[in-house]
Amino acid sequence: MSISPLSSRRFRVIFVVCWLVLMADHAMVLHWLTLPWKEAIIDSLISNGILFLFCLLILNTLRYYLPQKEQVVNLFAWCIFFTLIWLLLARWLLKLSLGYYENYSGMLHHSVPIRFSIAFLLLGCVTMISVLWQTWAEQKEDESRKTDAEKLAKEAELFKLRQQMQPHFLFNSLNSINALIGSRPAEARKMVQQLSDFLRGTLKKEETQWVILREELQYLQLYLEIEKVRFGNRLTTNIETNETAQQMKIPALLLQPVVENAIKFGLYDTTGETVIRISANMENNELVITVCNPFDPETSTPKQGTGFGLKSVQRRLYLLFGRNDLLVTETKDNIFMTRIKIPQQG
Amino acid sequence: MSKVVIIDDEMLARSIVKEYLQKHPQLELAQECNDGFEGIKAIQQYQPDLIFLDIQMPKINGFEMLELIEQPPAIIFTTAFDEYAIKAFEAHAIDYLLKPFDQDRFDKAVAKWVEQKNTHTEKATQELLETASHSPGQNQRIVVKNGSKIKIIPVQDIFYLEAADDYVKIHTKEGYFLKNKTMNHFEEVLDKLQFVRGHRSYIVNVQQITRIDPYEKDNHVAVLRSGAKVPVSRGGYGKLKAVLGL
Repeated sequence: MSISPLSSRRFRVIFVVCWLVLMADHAMVLHWLTLPWKEAIIDSLISNGILFLFCLLILNTLRYYLPQKEQVVNLFAWCIFFTLIWLLLARWLLKLSLGYYENYSGMLHHSVPIRFSIAFLLLGCVTMISVLWQTWAEQKEDESRKTDAEKLAKEAELFKLRQQMQPHFLFNSLNSINALIGSRPAEARKMVQQLSDFLRGTLKKEETQWVILREELQYLQLYLEIEKVRFGNRLTTNIETNETAQQMKIPALLLQPVVENAIKFGLYDTTGETVIRISANMENNELVITVCNPFDPETSTPKQGTGFGLKSVQRRLYLLFGRNDLLVTETKDNIFMTRIKIPQQG
Repeated sequence: MSKVVIIDDEMLARSIVKEYLQKHPQLELAQECNDGFEGIKAIQQYQPDLIFLDIQMPKINGFEMLELIEQPPAIIFTTAFDEYAIKAFEAHAIDYLLKPFDQDRFDKAVAKWVEQKNTHTEKATQELLETASHSPGQNQRIVVKNGSKIKIIPVQDIFYLEAADDYVKIHTKEGYFLKNKTMNHFEEVLDKLQFVRGHRSYIVNVQQITRIDPYEKDNHVAVLRSGAKVPVSRGGYGKLKAVLGL
């Protein structure tokens, strides 16, 4: 349902003024055709009063039903139908109220085609105005929706950019490099290289891109290697996959937030040694990727459902595949597991 | 000679501080610590004059660690990126090093400490902690000392808080824990839609309330899921009703 043109005050005023002019004109024409003033005015009031009601009816109906382009013929037929009904009703009422006047019947009979034509034109006009108004309103709404969507996309993009910078990760890595320069310059140089490659990878990729798993894993490996330098032997990673799975396609940057989450809860928030496991396999034409990390139940309680802030990954999977069951999480004995299924085409 | 303790969860971050410390022979490194728990132990054991403290650490962060120490030593904070922490440091004129930092900046921080050593007040540290506890992310859990053990209480596990002289009793399913803070502090810091001060001496977790009964004239009592009864004053009843949407 949309708003009717009647909701605009200006339209209402114009509508009523037009009608008053029409009524006056109608009465004057009848008077000129020898009908006395009183009868002419009564005729005008009855005919145009009913027509007015019919116009309101059309305006209101079109709020709920906006015809498609191909259905213009329907509208035309509709107008004829309404005009006929109006004519019958008006004629009956006019005969009833003005039948006492001697020459009236004959005159009414002769004027039927004219009355019909004028009423048809008027109803047609009102219908057309209403349809135009609705189309215009719909277009306006479409546009505002589009602007909203664009705004949202921009905000998301900005957020992504900020996320990509990961200031905490970046500055801590630089600090590690700073420490290595004095004692182990060769390692410092290697870490600069890894950090640069990692950052370049984040900047280069578009979220709309699809990449093969091998590429994505190589890229994540960079990230994990940097974390290994920062945290020394506290971090061990275990990546299990096979040749088939490595050739499968996945949306770019989809795995990164999952692995970052694993690092955040498994490494940043625990003491002692941490093993992060990543495995990828094909199951029934779906690429299944599992990421496991330990967590500290004392400081972080994974909430039911997605937990651990994986909402955005789930949302992306939903937008891509229209399915809500592609990301599942599980906790078991202080191990948090994220499982992602990526359907493969063909 | 002054004793120094370094508390940071990254080995390389500690090693750079150690390296820079070599230029200051008057500073003797007593111990390096991996996390806040080790930090507390080392501070109790060595009574250092100065600590280098990271904010982001596993289990308990730097601020939470400080809250658990009765007389914190002088602190130079080392952090990579933390908007709120930096605002807090600036507000209380406590020195901090932003990672990565060089020897010059490090020397300046040490010089500043030497200069202020004698005028250093614990008040500044307390005020800093008060400011820091208002930052987002700091209101999700409360860290308390339970004898020699450290207990981390997620706020959703709190049943209610009760005033007890200079302390606040935090009631949970495992009994109550004492925290050296005021009721006003908790009223400010905790989420106002979840924790309502229904009485001068009580703050209740509304998610734990099963019903509110009248009690004597003008007063009410909130009955919690655990069966505990928490007094609600006349003014507090209004606040509770507003939060519960009654």
